[in-house]
Amino acid sequence: MDIVIAIAAITGLAAAFGLLLGYSAIRFKVEGDPVVDQIDAILPQTQCGQCGYPGCRPYAEAIAAGEADINQCPPGGEAGVQALADLLDRDAKPLNPENGAESAKMVAVIDEQVCIGCTLCIRACPVDAILGATKQMHTVIADECTGCKLCVSPCPVDCISMVAFDETLETWRWPFPDNKGTVPILVETAPHKTDLVA
Amino acid sequence: MAEYALILISTVLVNNFVLVKFLGLCPFMGVSRKLETAIGMALATAFVLTLSSVCSYLVNQYILLPLDLEILRTLSFILVIAVVVQFTEMVVHKTSPLLYNVLGIFLPLITTNCAVLGVALLNTQQQHSFLESFFYGFGAALGFSLVLILFAALRERLAVADVPTPFKGAPIALITAGLMALAFMGFSGLVKG
Repeated sequence: MDIVIAIAAITGLAAAFGLLLGYSAIRFKVEGDPVVDQIDAILPQTQCGQCGYPGCRPYAEAIAAGEADINQCPPGGEAGVQALADLLDRDAKPLNPENGAESAKMVAVIDEQVCIGCTLCIRACPVDAILGATKQMHTVIADECTGCKLCVSPCPVDCISMVAFDETLETWRWPFPDNKGTVPILVETAPHKTDLVA
Repeated sequence: MAEYALILISTVLVNNFVLVKFLGLCPFMGVSRKLETAIGMALATAFVLTLSSVCSYLVNQYILLPLDLEILRTLSFILVIAVVVQFTEMVVHKTSPLLYNVLGIFLPLITTNCAVLGVALLNTQQQHSFLESFFYGFGAALGFSLVLILFAALRERLAVADVPTPFKGAPIALITAGLMALAFMGFSGLVKG
């Protein structure tokens, strides 16, 4: 008899909790905004902040909310504006000069002889592409660098320079994975930017 | 009222769940590498601890005791904790997507935080009343948050310190935790009697 009561009690408890969770799942349902994700996928993910927002995702949210225009992303360039215009059914327009001009793809290079190891550029880097510690020499992981230039101005000894590189067959590498497509299997053989800047 | 204040002080400082009772060490070591995630984790755990402490008291008092089912205590408390965590996750996801992203996997992991189950079981063991259970859970939450945030701040500094090679990483973290526990033992004479 005891075991019947025990089973009934636990079942009842579980059922009550299940109902509660089921109700709150409906009550607290999160409506995802697929447009934001699509816009975010087009943006170059440099996290440079040239658009006036603290990163690509906030800018994507601002575009989706209608607060920002689609021509504020210099790293994305005219091609990016065109892609956004196609996605949102708007007219493409030239890049807003207030946000900066489109430039060739860049990568930051630290002059390691001059670096004093102050870690200021590490804190400025939005993608954690700078390696180093206090009073240790810093260096840029070229494969991670998005070329956003945010590390240039904090440097007290001006040892960071932006080096442009043309995207050729030699330097092209796989784009950032979007977590939807397949994983490229040629990573091992893909040439690295480091080959170029070294 | 003095009694509740005593419960709070004793759970936060004197009988701190992490450093004196050694419960909930997993998130204590796992989520303390960065101050921001530690603060987020502390907030989420604090909420879950308080709520599950109260809920498990209610379940124990109004379902298990009348039906004479104390044997099912651990099982039903785990059920309560899992539900509270799931509920918290939904609410956080709805109200603060940013915090939800920061906490990530740690939110569901609170389910297996033994401090949460420990508080619920100790509540029934010490035959606390409803309000006492609330303050016991809340105090445990405050204590957990306090040491987690302190420890995270310490570890951020440790990350750039010149630690001898054999002690790098987990060993120095464990030693630091031990020293912190030693310091917290010093509170044991705080409340007389």
